[in-house]
Amino acid sequence: MNANASIKVQSAQRSVGVTQAMVAVFLRDVRVAFRQKQDLLNPLLFFTMVVTLFPLGVSPEVAFLKQSGAGILWVAALLSVLLSLDHLFRHDFDDGTLEQLMLQPQPLFLLVLAKTLAHWMLTGLPLVLLTPVLGLMLHLDGNSVATLCLTLLIGTPVLSLIGSIGAALTLGLRSAGVLLSLLIIPLYIPVLIFGTGTVAAAVEGAQVSGYLALMGAFLVLALTLAPFASAAALRISLSNS
Amino acid sequence: MPEPLLQAVGLECERDERLLFQNLSFSILPGTVTRVEGPNGSGKTTLLRILAGLNDAWTGELNWCGQPRDRHRESYLRNMLYLGHRPGIKPLLTPLENLRALMAGRRPLDDDALLQALAGTGLSGFEQVPCRNLSAGQQRRVALARLLIADEPLWLLDEVFTAIDAAGVEAIESLLLQRAREGGAVVVTTHHNLDLPGMGRITLGGATER
Repeated sequence: MNANASIKVQSAQRSVGVTQAMVAVFLRDVRVAFRQKQDLLNPLLFFTMVVTLFPLGVSPEVAFLKQSGAGILWVAALLSVLLSLDHLFRHDFDDGTLEQLMLQPQPLFLLVLAKTLAHWMLTGLPLVLLTPVLGLMLHLDGNSVATLCLTLLIGTPVLSLIGSIGAALTLGLRSAGVLLSLLIIPLYIPVLIFGTGTVAAAVEGAQVSGYLALMGAFLVLALTLAPFASAAALRISLSNS
Repeated sequence: MPEPLLQAVGLECERDERLLFQNLSFSILPGTVTRVEGPNGSGKTTLLRILAGLNDAWTGELNWCGQPRDRHRESYLRNMLYLGHRPGIKPLLTPLENLRALMAGRRPLDDDALLQALAGTGLSGFEQVPCRNLSAGQQRRVALARLLIADEPLWLLDEVFTAIDAAGVEAIESLLLQRAREGGAVVVTTHHNLDLPGMGRITLGGATER
């Protein structure tokens, strides 16, 4: 043992601030996504295809599209988010960055939240931005399109947040796809019902603020609870790997 | 005698109905290099993951600076560096971006320090090449660059010599020794013939059926 030992145990207070660490996690995910553009385009392509196929497969009549357009767009958005969920932790798990993320001194749920927000910005947000175009294609009027975009803007982060729990739970499994869908879809149903319900109310000219408030409540609930559940699920998944 | 950084008392771990080890007790003192030995499947990686806090399927007691480790998690994680089988390198990012992201949550350094660390592992000229275009050994070296800028007193290194050439192995060995001289503690698993002066050993006897 050397008397002039220079390496000392550091106090935990000297670790990096939480916000700074979250920003770093967020930026890394965004940077990786932009280097792998097909992962970025896949959900958008799927979304557009499903929405385009409905008028072709069911009925191109204006009355039908006006009535079911919002529902079609919501279901398509829900499914494209679901399809992209498996990537949320999988790549990080395979290359070991997830292990290193768990070993950062900051609380894991906040780092997971940063990852989930990056996931939303890269999948959910582009869907919301594409919705007005596809909405016009389905003959939705301006008012419904605006309400639809608003519900998707509140709803898609909820989908990403709830989905992160399922993605974390099924991480250690070889073929996680089916199980992930089975776990997550029941939890998506309330969001879907209120999302489409809001647009239906707007079409009938009713007040939508109550619906929107409920969706906001979903978002707050998901924001505050889902990261804890995902972080706990990640610990279990990594512990068994 | 200095206070042990990490102390294990009566560790026991079972995996897939096989008892990997039981009643395993040891202390990791500052200024030492400890090698975990044992045949394939004897639980070396599992032991390191337990020590790092990645595996929760164990019983016994783990103390960090004399306190229960799991009650001082933040302090422990701040002072421990774990390098596993999977190097934690994103194939789509460059070595510099990878290193920056890995350090961001621990001790943000300016790019000069990071570039210097990369140069120290023989990666100068590759800083801006995406890691997927690098060889396996070079990717390991990106992860190992963290050792050159780490201030954590406890290192847990799993199979640290994998895919590293002879000169690199020598450099790592001398780095570990220098680290121990400066008061750091290193726990390492390897199949490479590592024999450093004053090295401690933890021998795992091979798993027994339950």
